[in-house]
Amino acid sequence: MNMIPTPAREFKPADFKSSVKPVWCPGCGDHSVLVAFQRAMAELALPPEQVAVVSGIGCSSRMPAYTNCYGFHGVHGRSLALATGLKVARPDLTVIVASGDGDGFSIGGNHFLHACRRNLDVTYIVMDNRIYGMTKGQPSPTTEPDWDTAISPGGTGVSPFHPLVIALASGANFIARGFTGNIGHCARLIVEAVRTPGFSFVQLLSPCVTFREDQQRVWRNVVHEAMVPETDDPARAARRLMTDDGFNLGVLYRGARAPYQPRPLANLDPSHFESEFAI
Amino acid sequence: MSAPGTATSLSIVLTGSGGAGVMTAGQTLLEAATSCGLYGLMTRSTGPQIRGGEAAAMLRLSTQPVQCPGDKFDILLALDFENIQRFAAELPLDAKSVIIADPADGDMPAFLKASGATAGYIEMKKLAKAVPGGRVSMVALGALARLIGLPEAAIVEAVAASLGRKKPEAVKASEQAVLLGAANAPALSIPKLATPISNSTGRWSFTGNEITGFGVLKGGVRFVAGYPITPATEILEWLAHAIPQCGGEMVQAEDELASINMIIGASFGGAPAMTATAGPGLSLMTESLGLAVASETPLVVVDVMRSGPSTGIATKSEQSDLNIAVYGMHGDAPHVVTAPLSVSDCLLTAQWSAHLAESMQTPVIMLSDQSIGQARVVVDKPADIRFETKRLTPTEPIQDYARYALTESGVSPMSIPGMAGGQYTADGLTHNVKGTPSSQAQDHIAQMDKRRRKIEAFDYGAHWADIDGEGELAVITWGSSTQPIREGAARARAEGVGVKLIALRLISPPQPKLLAEALKGVKRALVIEQSHSGQFWRYLRAFYDLDIEVTPIPQPGPLPIRPGEALAYIRKGAQA
Repeated sequence: MNMIPTPAREFKPADFKSSVKPVWCPGCGDHSVLVAFQRAMAELALPPEQVAVVSGIGCSSRMPAYTNCYGFHGVHGRSLALATGLKVARPDLTVIVASGDGDGFSIGGNHFLHACRRNLDVTYIVMDNRIYGMTKGQPSPTTEPDWDTAISPGGTGVSPFHPLVIALASGANFIARGFTGNIGHCARLIVEAVRTPGFSFVQLLSPCVTFREDQQRVWRNVVHEAMVPETDDPARAARRLMTDDGFNLGVLYRGARAPYQPRPLANLDPSHFESEFAI
Repeated sequence: MSAPGTATSLSIVLTGSGGAGVMTAGQTLLEAATSCGLYGLMTRSTGPQIRGGEAAAMLRLSTQPVQCPGDKFDILLALDFENIQRFAAELPLDAKSVIIADPADGDMPAFLKASGATAGYIEMKKLAKAVPGGRVSMVALGALARLIGLPEAAIVEAVAASLGRKKPEAVKASEQAVLLGAANAPALSIPKLATPISNSTGRWSFTGNEITGFGVLKGGVRFVAGYPITPATEILEWLAHAIPQCGGEMVQAEDELASINMIIGASFGGAPAMTATAGPGLSLMTESLGLAVASETPLVVVDVMRSGPSTGIATKSEQSDLNIAVYGMHGDAPHVVTAPLSVSDCLLTAQWSAHLAESMQTPVIMLSDQSIGQARVVVDKPADIRFETKRLTPTEPIQDYARYALTESGVSPMSIPGMAGGQYTADGLTHNVKGTPSSQAQDHIAQMDKRRRKIEAFDYGAHWADIDGEGELAVITWGSSTQPIREGAARARAEGVGVKLIALRLISPPQPKLLAEALKGVKRALVIEQSHSGQFWRYLRAFYDLDIEVTPIPQPGPLPIRPGEALAYIRKGAQA
């Protein structure tokens, strides 16, 4: 097994693309995330075999097989846990987690809190379209309360979840938001997220063209670059994220918390522990 | 000290309310006895309280190795009578038993009187008060030591060892209390333990849970994730201190859904991985166990079973997770289920389970239980068994890699992240040989065939079952039920009753040919297990052609199956 990174290899975005054709609808924002990911990896010059893309279930979670990296497409909601085990066991790998608003904030909500808290050096990309697309249009934790669907006639009446605030409160070290209408910016955010040590959370607003027909047009008109520069002050970031309109793009918080990385203390043979049992 | 005794085995139970120090006293007694060359077993029974609950330390001391509780207790030492009635069913006593109690605790509870046991009294609390810093449990141990013929010095030594010799005043107080207890021991006729010729050199002392941790470590496991749960936590605690010393890592997960996925991730990354849990945790893990089956990710899940369903009795044993371990996953999900046959056997079975997981790239569920996991034994040093554990990986440079290639054995070379050219996506979706998601019938069937083939075609060797004895009558059992039946069978043979014991260490996949071979010449079989619905018997009926007369004997937890009960079943079975 070659664990030593080969020096000075150059990569093109195409080096990170697999031959598998995405199942996504034409026009889906997730296509743009895939392109942004490939550009980011090429810029970071990471050998594809040193990158692992981990995901759960949902449209966004189809990402791993479309890359030429190692991938794990697991069960619904557990991608962060799987990525945690992988990164702890293999700190030499670059671990990217691809998720969506249902997978990440609903069924996987608890793991989101604890991944932020643990602050492992992992990048968490959540493609947020405020809808369950794969199951054909049910409200997610980020859906507007009056969004009318078959499973929630007249809307859920429940306020949406604010993932960025929760990420900050739970201890994430890097928080950013992008919009898939600007692939270059999304790629930039992914590069920054990977380069920043610790748990990096990137929310990418990724419109659903099938179940949220007007989303792409509306979002294009409302997104805007963050008015103030990024901060490393959690108090300032908290105020900023709490008053955020949800369309503020850019790096919104970058802290300096040391990442979690348990490491072996020694490499003894297990027979060393026989003395614990011997009388 | 009086003349050496003649008893080769004594069963002793120490009971008391919280804070009385029952477990510590039991541990001290076990250590003292084993320092004198005796073998021993200590099982524990506790109430649900965090602190201050009733507790019973159940010991069996013997000149021969012992791995299961005896039929009844020779001695009950009650540090007090508070809540003792809650243990009534767990404290078999008879007219030959003796009860040691404190007169200050008043009238003996009715169930103890009804047992016909002889009572002897010692003013434990009053005597303890006479020694500054003296503990009631030490007075009690002094009396007990005198009665069973253990040197008081052995008790004092054990106390000193547990206090780390850092607290000379405490050791001194304990010594005084022990001597006072010995001097005031009630006049009771108890056969004294024979002084063994051998000493304890070369013996090991461990709990089933500790040695399970050691077993997986020996089996190559280098990553552990887990969520605390009774009665499995000690496995995680043991590994938490040991695994970082052996080049591995341990993570405490936020829940069992996370712990199973963490070990899948670590194993995908190349680190042999395990978790330990109990029934409720296993229930949460089953979806992701299916992911490990589909993605062919090796891992070990140790389920230390307790009484279920739901929360059940978290502190007491039962063999009732067999169904979920074998059938729990949705879809057709071939995997391996193993079970240790004794406290000591946790070592071999855990090590073997890690070996099987890596060799076949499959999840292995090991079904231990509270009765062996939390029991401590003192035994001769276990044999140093080694397995050639090696995960099959592709030869580098890797070209045209197909992660799920259809091989003859069903096991395909598994690349590890970092290997150039070995990139693939592990997936819970049905996939083709490359790992690419596919909803085509031929891929589904080819991959299911492959996954079944690797589990069924594997050579499990002699470890699949422990078989001994000959006779027209056989007892078929599994896991922790084995030891009392082994002892009952030995007694039956001493009475001239031929009986064959077949104890399955490999629960799944079934081995019908091997069992048929083992049953040659057998005309009747008893299926003994610790479940209410006869889960093991039903499992045998489903997968084995048992064309002999079979009697199911399902006995639910939490009461242990005792050797005498096994003997009675065998006697009856032999007459049929």
